[in-house]
Amino acid sequence: MLRQLNKSPVWILVCSAVLIVFPFVNDSRSLMILLTQIFILAIFAMSYDLLLGYTGIVSFGHAMFFGIGAYSTGVLLSRFEPTMLSLLISIAVGMLIASIVSYLVGLLTLRLSNHFYAMLTLALAGLFLVVAEKWRSLTLGNDGFTFRVPDIMRDRLSFYMICLILMVAVFFILLRLTNSPMGKVLVAVRENEARTQSLGFHTIHYKLISSVVAGMIASLSGSLYVLSLRFVNTSVFALDVTLDALLMTILGGVGTLIGPIIGAAIIEVSHHWLSELGKSYAIFERWIIFFGILYILAVMFFPKGIVGSLKEMRWKKRKTKVKTENKNKRMAG
Amino acid sequence: MSILEVQDLTIAFGGQLAVNSVDLTIKEKSFTSIIGPNGAGKTTLFNLLSGQLKPTKGSVLLKGEDISSQSPTVRTRKGIGRSFQITNVFPNLTVLENVRLAVQSQAGVRYQMLRHFRGYKKMTEEAYDLLEQVMMAKQADALASNLAHGEKRKLEIAMLLALKTELLLLDEPTAGMSLEEVPAILKIIEDIKSSGDRTILLIEHKMDMIMNLSDRIIVLFNGRLLAEGTPHEIMNNETVQNAYLGGLYDDHTA
Repeated sequence: MLRQLNKSPVWILVCSAVLIVFPFVNDSRSLMILLTQIFILAIFAMSYDLLLGYTGIVSFGHAMFFGIGAYSTGVLLSRFEPTMLSLLISIAVGMLIASIVSYLVGLLTLRLSNHFYAMLTLALAGLFLVVAEKWRSLTLGNDGFTFRVPDIMRDRLSFYMICLILMVAVFFILLRLTNSPMGKVLVAVRENEARTQSLGFHTIHYKLISSVVAGMIASLSGSLYVLSLRFVNTSVFALDVTLDALLMTILGGVGTLIGPIIGAAIIEVSHHWLSELGKSYAIFERWIIFFGILYILAVMFFPKGIVGSLKEMRWKKRKTKVKTENKNKRMAG
Repeated sequence: MSILEVQDLTIAFGGQLAVNSVDLTIKEKSFTSIIGPNGAGKTTLFNLLSGQLKPTKGSVLLKGEDISSQSPTVRTRKGIGRSFQITNVFPNLTVLENVRLAVQSQAGVRYQMLRHFRGYKKMTEEAYDLLEQVMMAKQADALASNLAHGEKRKLEIAMLLALKTELLLLDEPTAGMSLEEVPAILKIIEDIKSSGDRTILLIEHKMDMIMNLSDRIIVLFNGRLLAEGTPHEIMNNETVQNAYLGGLYDDHTA
């Protein structure tokens, strides 16, 4: 059991070692950009999974925090000299605002039952979208604005490395968090909130912590996302952003950290590939249809996602192994 | 010394008085059983004691402190632990993890998010000890949802013991259990009793089982306290015989 649980960090380290070497072997620029996108969205999906997979909170407003990070970075970098310092400050500001917003939103809504919470987060994210549309002096609305980024971020290779490192860092931070005594209580809240309360835990605190941490990490991914585009508009607040995270998490495997990373990779690669195909076959321009179908199939046949289903298969294998061993023992005895 | 006092405790659901001005005093380290026909308000009374429900009127005093308006979380921390009639565990966690969470709560490790949970070896050991106590150490790695009903009840008792509360509220620990499983639970309850450091309040249907165990018996009927006394007194109480024992007998023959 111990060995099995310790496997995923090893995998991540091996994969990231390969990914570090990768750009030096392969000089395809578009592939590097695609991988960078995957890293950024994997961070976002992992933050979503902390809510959905570990704490059992269904949020339809996670784009809210993604957008907060995106606009903090965009606005600050366009107003000030695009130095590393102002970039770091902008990321910190985004995370700070996201933590305050997630705390307040959580305080107002987390006492509600799950489906009301989902609806309220949907409404609040919509509210942020409207504010971004209307506050034109700051955001230029749907037209958005471009901004300059620090030189080190202009270099695609170094940006690739930074995103990779951040993704691995977020993975390990969340791994430690979910394996901590507090993380175990988060899972208990997901499993049976009333029982967790009668064990003597204030479950609302745990839900708040989870949503604040998830909000801050989502804000980080939003900052990185607009850095890669050097452009920001209201689409960062759109519902699609949340739905993408939901799809990545469910496809990859809820309640695991590696799942969202795999999910992000699959969604981004197929998105890329389908839009390429769309150039020759018009139907593939509507790639969103395929994602819809994929989503339905995943929920119906792989509710545990790729990683979850694999784990289950291994679990069953082990169980039958134990059973046959017992049988053999009994026959021998 | 009384550990728990209940004064004029009443709760109304709509017009229905589920618990109707009940007064109780529970002595420290005693074993009290609550009996009564279905719908007498036994579980509702437990819910009032453990905080799942708030009374319409009256108060619950734990060691002299009024806890009537406090949440279940706070009451657990103050010393009231309970098991549920409907099995109430964490289904997708292992048996060990179920108990470990309770141990963790008791140890007060609540917001530690930087250390790995395996760093707390003592908690895991303690959880194992508790599983040993309820004769479930072998199933430590099984998922709670895969357990048989009787084993879930045992798990629930282990979680309750982990909280180390002074007062234990056991809501029909043998409900829905096959006859073969009952002696194991009884043994566990007897063990808890003989260790002598807990106050136990038990709801039970199986009369023969509680007669030997209980120091005192409380009879509820239609939300009211019908009688209170030693098992012997209750057996010979005419009102009880008419209202409850007689009624039960009639049910069986009918």
